Amino acid sequence: MSSAQQQSGRPARVGRVGRLLPLVPFLLFVAIFLIVPVVTVAVGAFRDADGAFTTDNLGALTDYAAVKALRGSLVLAGSTALIGAVFGALLAWLIVSAGPDSLLKRLTLAISGVLAQFGGVILAFAWIATIGIQGVVTLALQHITGFNLYGNGWLFSIPGLIVVYTYFQIPLMVIVFAPAIEGLRVQWREAAVSLGATRWQYWRHVAVPLLTPAFLGCALLLFANAFAAYATAAVLVSQGQPIVPLLIRQAITSEVLLGGANVGFALALEMILVVAVVMGAYSLLVRRTSRWLQ
Amino acid sequence: MTTHSSAFKVFRILALLGFAAFFFVPLLSLLDFSTQVPGTAPGRTWDAWTFMVTDERLRSAIIASLLLAVLTVAGMVVLLVPTMIWVRLRVPRASKLVEILCLLPLTIPALVIVVGITNVYSWIYYLLGGSPLTLTFAYIVLVLPYSYRALDSSLAAIDVTTLAEAARSLGAGWLTVIIRIVVPNIWGGVMSAAFISVALVLGEYVFSSLLHFETLPVVMAAIYQSYAQASMAAALASMALVAALLLGLTFLGRRRERKGMS
Repeated sequence: MSSAQQQSGRPARVGRVGRLLPLVPFLLFVAIFLIVPVVTVAVGAFRDADGAFTTDNLGALTDYAAVKALRGSLVLAGSTALIGAVFGALLAWLIVSAGPDSLLKRLTLAISGVLAQFGGVILAFAWIATIGIQGVVTLALQHITGFNLYGNGWLFSIPGLIVVYTYFQIPLMVIVFAPAIEGLRVQWREAAVSLGATRWQYWRHVAVPLLTPAFLGCALLLFANAFAAYATAAVLVSQGQPIVPLLIRQAITSEVLLGGANVGFALALEMILVVAVVMGAYSLLVRRTSRWLQ
Repeated sequence: MTTHSSAFKVFRILALLGFAAFFFVPLLSLLDFSTQVPGTAPGRTWDAWTFMVTDERLRSAIIASLLLAVLTVAGMVVLLVPTMIWVRLRVPRASKLVEILCLLPLTIPALVIVVGITNVYSWIYYLLGGSPLTLTFAYIVLVLPYSYRALDSSLAAIDVTTLAEAARSLGAGWLTVIIRIVVPNIWGGVMSAAFISVALVLGEYVFSSLLHFETLPVVMAAIYQSYAQASMAAALASMALVAALLLGLTFLGRRRERKGMS
């Protein structure tokens, strides 16, 4: 299709402007509701309450509370990424080994698709109903063995968040990692076996080295996913600010803290940076995998 | 990978049972909890489930969330579908830009957008008032990456240029091309985008809670202290709806795949 043919009779300049005109609503919308907020955060992180330039907000990131929250977030995201990646990879391997068109595989992938999206208030409630103080499992365990699973309320702090986050991390790992396992070709295994490799040697020298970049990449995706999550923690944790998202909530909702909004901006900027670095590394690793995964 | 030792088979069954317990016990607990009589009295009741309809606050929150889902889907389709078709047909050079903008919300935590969006929302409050339905704007941003992917893959599967040229040579205007020629051909992608958008909107908590709008998840969290069973019932009901939508989505995808193969 040549544009000269279609635009015949009209000046070329109008044609170009006319072609870009239909993109304006979309670009305007994204500018107002996505770009402006991000720029507001980035600029606000370097301003005080009166709008003057300052680096105090960034300094506030080294405060005890901010460092503690960052450490909490890193522990939470790191441990749930690791647990989710290991168990998710195991589940992915179990269902892929059941055969490419098995019901088990299709069903697990479909359910994983639902559960990976399943966070926030509902997830928090599900776990309160399970291992909360009146939880079904808590009461059953207490009845049968006398063991108090609820303990001192660990569900409502970082250990509890680790358990709860694992619930959506494992299904996410299954979805993103199963294609990599499926990508291992039968021929590679046959080649290894025909050269005298045992099953163990095939895994040790062929499958695991091939899958390692994909595994690490997926683990990073899980890390970013947990690091950015807010809703589940916001419902579960009502006391203290053990992770960065909850500290941001406190910064932007408390009227008492002077310049709280700007410290909130600085914390939000910190979140953007951590997630950006992790996602950058993720896309590098995924690109490596996609070389043989086709 | 066809021959497995019996030890492996036993291990696989045990492991799968473990996973199933981990994932289904919380859901069953939710159901169990939602039918308990408040307090320590024994017995079963569905009062918490009828509370969803009888309680003024919860009911209006459910209606608000459902309306938001509809409005978000409508807004997303109106904004995204013509833009993506137009980019493919007339300005392919802008396709990378549109892709980056659409996928951006994946790398920027929703919480960060909320923190920065308060000024924008004070303008919206000034112009449109304080209805929870104004959340539509923020939600369109939220569903942008998922909708983009669904639409992009279905657009890639058809020859948009040829279809458009054929229609244009028969005298169709651009609006006709988009609405009557291209959209019916990418209907599966539009439906996928709509399903995932509804699923995301119904569970959304970050924006609505921090911008103080009463949507279903916000009210669920708010009434938990006074009537936990009702919160649990509402949670399970919305979970069931979202699960049905997302499972329907995979079913739709499989049917399309099969159609493509035959």
